[in-house]
Amino acid sequence: MSCWISGVAVLGAGLPGWAASEPTLAGTAPWNAGDVVLPLPALLPPTERRRTSPAVRLALAVAAEATAGVEDRAALETVFASSNGDGAVVGGILEALHAPGGIALSPTQFHNSVHNSAAGYWHIAVGSTAPSVSLGGHDGSFGAGLLAAVMAVVARGSSVLLCAYDLPLPSPLAAVRPTGPGFAAALVLRPEPVAEAMAALSLRHVAEPAPAAPPGDALDLLAGGNPAARALPLLRAMAARRAARIDLPLTANSHLALELAPC
Amino acid sequence: MPDTRRLWPLSLAAATTVTALGAGIAPLRRALHAREGGLRPSEFPGGPEDIWVGQVPGVEAVELPPELAGFACRNNRLAEMALLSDGFAEAVAAAAARHGAERIAVVLGTSTAGIEETEQAYRRRDAAGTLPASFNYAGSHDLQSLPSYVRTRLGLRGPAFAVSTACTSGARSMLEAASLIAAGLADAVVAGGVDSLCRLTLHGFSSLELLSRGRPSRPCAADRDGISIGEAAGLVLLTRPEHAPPGSPLLLGAGASSDGHHMSSPHPEGLGAVSAMRAALTAAGLTPGEVDYVNLHGTGTRANDAMEDRAVHHLFGDGVPCSSTKGWTGHALGASGAVEAVIAMLCLEDGLVPGCLGVAERDPAFRSAVAIVNEARPVRRIASNSFGFGGSNCCLLIGQAA
Repeated sequence: MSCWISGVAVLGAGLPGWAASEPTLAGTAPWNAGDVVLPLPALLPPTERRRTSPAVRLALAVAAEATAGVEDRAALETVFASSNGDGAVVGGILEALHAPGGIALSPTQFHNSVHNSAAGYWHIAVGSTAPSVSLGGHDGSFGAGLLAAVMAVVARGSSVLLCAYDLPLPSPLAAVRPTGPGFAAALVLRPEPVAEAMAALSLRHVAEPAPAAPPGDALDLLAGGNPAARALPLLRAMAARRAARIDLPLTANSHLALELAPC
Repeated sequence: MPDTRRLWPLSLAAATTVTALGAGIAPLRRALHAREGGLRPSEFPGGPEDIWVGQVPGVEAVELPPELAGFACRNNRLAEMALLSDGFAEAVAAAAARHGAERIAVVLGTSTAGIEETEQAYRRRDAAGTLPASFNYAGSHDLQSLPSYVRTRLGLRGPAFAVSTACTSGARSMLEAASLIAAGLADAVVAGGVDSLCRLTLHGFSSLELLSRGRPSRPCAADRDGISIGEAAGLVLLTRPEHAPPGSPLLLGAGASSDGHHMSSPHPEGLGAVSAMRAALTAAGLTPGEVDYVNLHGTGTRANDAMEDRAVHHLFGDGVPCSSTKGWTGHALGASGAVEAVIAMLCLEDGLVPGCLGVAERDPAFRSAVAIVNEARPVRRIASNSFGFGGSNCCLLIGQAA
């Protein structure tokens, strides 16, 4: 199963966009922890823009960066992958359901609580009627998203925008599902080696746990703390323009074996 | 890559459902023929008053195997009921014996997974607001809880993930399943969806003023006033036809689209619905005239049913009977597409067009051929629609074995 990566984006602590983060990811500049700044989604109309939640802002930021300048942006199928989804919205509803003064839910909050809300806002933002799927996979969410995106390319011949994003949950859920700082990554995957292709990617499923990784650096710690940040080994190899074999956990006892070859 | 790119058709080698009518296909089949619905006045604790729901009888009493106690939640109890119905777990075991457990994937749709368990845990927070130590987030609240439970319970080792595209989840899982098989990553896939009653969805739809009040939901009726929420599980085992029992019905194709219009209101002209149906027809290599019945998404809201009527009429005119079966089951959200795929299978088998339940007068503005009484007629191919928040659309085409 092979496809070509023709667009990439990242947003995380100390990783403010792909171009700004490339030296850090390539290992030629140090990583400095910092706040994750979530831009307002410029592609949405102003009224919608201001009402977006942090999770939607995070997802749309990388989706926009990975597709900036892509002529067929609205024609791309999309795969949105997230473990925690819009935890702030869901957490707010759970609080409201148990409010001592009686239940008063916001209808807007409710329709924003669906796992595919980021996808919905993206398709509104770019006027896209292309198919879209939103996935969850706990710690394997990025792997699930990559698998679904590569499958859509290989099996259906589609060009696909993959967007993986995760934010920490609000209290009290944060205590039972600890999540590191917000992180998002996006890739544009193509069935052909287009002119802009940066790398070829192939994957296979291996029904064994991912091999234990050797002790790593600060970016590896970041990767371990947030399901979307499990994209980091792939992003680092891309930034360094090096060929790589990467074992990406999918479930507790299976993983994806990735092979990346720069174009 | 010989053969691996072929997506369609697939066989529905096994199927089961658990609905408000009971566990398994048999009680649903009996109810469809007898025109006896499963909706009842809601007694769901802490839910809105004056609504009807499609609650599955006996779900609270279901026990998971002791070694899987960490997965205990209403949603996985529904999944467990389904695995034990219609020989489903046995059919999956036979597929695993044939292909290897690592070649059987699990792709399941859900909108709220085990969030009903989280709601209970919130009620038991301590003075500092901390959730009880017994609360298992990954086993219940997390979307992956559902595919993880089913995969572990069935001893499978293939890829597994959760699809959560609101009310298209159950249908959309089958498109992902087809891609997994076509890409050569699996020989068979357990697909479908499970969603369970919870306060979040009941009060959420109530806040949007989309629930039918005081009476059961009446899709396509002139006096329809909203949804009755249901809970359900719908599971199918998808394989290539050569690996399925002879005579298994076929998933002829699937199509999806986005509205790109609004988060909770469908496109008024149903453009997204039309393109999903058209994509499914293209995938299956069929013309609209070759479809014998359209199982509508048909939620019973003013907006959905009007939009869907326009979309169905645009493609199928007034010559193809269509109806919603949500008057029997309620709207089972992320499970609905999977439940209705199972309903399509039994309609093919029985030669049944189940007319919308409880409809005294169909909406006079509708132009498609809405059935409101049961019709016995040959049914060879069925289009099954699902639409959801976020502008998600999916259509499945299900047909008799060739």
